[in-house]
Amino acid sequence: MSITAQDIHKLEEKAVLIREDIIRMLLEAGSGHSAGPLGMADVFTALYFNILKHDSAKPDWEERDMLVLSNGHICPVWYATLAHAGYFPITELKTLRKLGTRLQGHPHRGALPGVETTSGPLGSGLSQACGMALGLRMDNSRRWVYCLMSDGEQDAGNTWEAVLFAGKYKLNNLTAIMDRNNIQIDGFTEDIMPLEPIKEKYEAFGWHVLEIDGHNMEAIINACNEAKAIVEKPVLIIAHTIPGKGVDFMEYKFEWHGKPPNAEEAKKALSELRTLQGKIRSEHE
Amino acid sequence: MSDPHLNPKLFDEDCEQVPSRNGYGEGLVLAGEENKNVVALCADLTESTRTQAFKDKFPDRFVEMGVAEQNLATIASGMAAVGKIPFITSYAMFSPGRNWEQIRTTICYNNQPVKIIGSHAGISVGPDGATHQALEDMAITRALPNMVVICPADTIEARKATLAIAHLAKPCYIRLSREKVPVITTEQTPFEIGKAEIYHEGKDVAIIACGQMVYRALIAAKALESHKISVRVINCHTIKPLDKDTILKAAEECGAIVTVEEHQIHGGLGSAVAEVVSQNFPVPIKIIGVEDRFGESGEPNELLEKFGLTKEAIVKGVTYVLRMKGK
Repeated sequence: MSITAQDIHKLEEKAVLIREDIIRMLLEAGSGHSAGPLGMADVFTALYFNILKHDSAKPDWEERDMLVLSNGHICPVWYATLAHAGYFPITELKTLRKLGTRLQGHPHRGALPGVETTSGPLGSGLSQACGMALGLRMDNSRRWVYCLMSDGEQDAGNTWEAVLFAGKYKLNNLTAIMDRNNIQIDGFTEDIMPLEPIKEKYEAFGWHVLEIDGHNMEAIINACNEAKAIVEKPVLIIAHTIPGKGVDFMEYKFEWHGKPPNAEEAKKALSELRTLQGKIRSEHE
Repeated sequence: MSDPHLNPKLFDEDCEQVPSRNGYGEGLVLAGEENKNVVALCADLTESTRTQAFKDKFPDRFVEMGVAEQNLATIASGMAAVGKIPFITSYAMFSPGRNWEQIRTTICYNNQPVKIIGSHAGISVGPDGATHQALEDMAITRALPNMVVICPADTIEARKATLAIAHLAKPCYIRLSREKVPVITTEQTPFEIGKAEIYHEGKDVAIIACGQMVYRALIAAKALESHKISVRVINCHTIKPLDKDTILKAAEECGAIVTVEEHQIHGGLGSAVAEVVSQNFPVPIKIIGVEDRFGESGEPNELLEKFGLTKEAIVKGVTYVLRMKGK
């Protein structure tokens, strides 16, 4: 599967639009997480606009790939991506975290089309994805399972129970993508509970591990395609990302993990993102 | 009252005794034969939870989890998301004990039809001691929205309950016992989820019990009858959804209630009954169960006696509520 430079540019532009919506919805909500969603905008864009087999007109399509977002708190990026992919109107993003909304503070299955499972409590997404992968394999299904997870939730025992399980059952229809942004609420992951060498840990548990720049659209797509060619093991893609990516004053700062921008900050962020969009467009032309 | 078709040898000394977990094992195989989507997951306790028969018959639909109860619940949630009907089995202390949050979020809030089977519940687990005697499991499962909670009285009812929950598209919890308990029902005894059954008619007091305490309630009723006290015995196998009609009818017609369960007095059957009765038709209630303490090692019958889960304790409870009623 080859992807053209033009396709890549379109995806990069889409990712910026999604980032802009993340800023707008967080401002409107007045609470929520900023850094993680911005950091994962490229991965979500690549998945929903290139990798995943899905149909927004038929969210329950029986042949669709399954996507689990384990670290549910970055749901603004998921919601914005789903809206851009046509699952619901983009205007509905303004309802994030408000009473009666389908866009719950943490994603809830049944509330919103395209959300396969409720998440938020960390460490439980990978094992749900493993259950999906095993269940689909029992039915000889060719559907694929993707699990997006954070690096912080690698602290959780439940995650490692799932890592053991996927290795034992050689879940080759499972691709996990770790958002390796090195921050969690209390600080840097390596200060809170050191994870390195994380690649070697997964390999020791029977996984095939790929490492990529999580903001390089082509690298994300190539890694997801490569993962489908690994037939004997589950695959982990460690996506190195910059928390707050695209908004200079949020980048690399764990202080932006769990708070939204105020009006002034949002204005500045949107202005930066517009500049970024212009840069991508001019590169393309 | 319609005939409950109880075991005619119920009060005999040689009444057959079987652990309720056996009925689960049989029911699981039947459920597996009925529906190929039924799968079983077990956390390293396949033989003692009686999941072995399913594993032998459907090896491709059995998943060995190892000692990992959080994974047990969440893997099952994922399997249910792609159309499976997972039965997850361990000791009640570990599932739904250790993995309660995973059950809450990924099974109940997701409303996935995962069936949680908690064996070795209650004080009668015996010599293993308090760490393995689940006495809070009904409280923690009953508090969860979407959850169905069932505590079968014997092996036959456990088999019926297992088959019944396989047909129900909801999260369910079944609580089972380790030790042998008298088989009090028969194939003909009615069983319907959410429907409490009257096993003995009476008008002075109602004893509402679940699990193996139903047997002791029947024994107590027999003893009280010889003292001219007319006792209604209700098997309330479904703790949630509670059969409010049958319970409120008992409150109205008998005017006093004793509940009996092998569980903490806080949060279980007694609490469920008291919630309904106190808010709709208040009558005196005595809740018999383990009184806010942990268990210990010992033989099952020694423990039931020490912790006050006996015929004598039930008779005392009846005397207490009748005195209250008379005031």
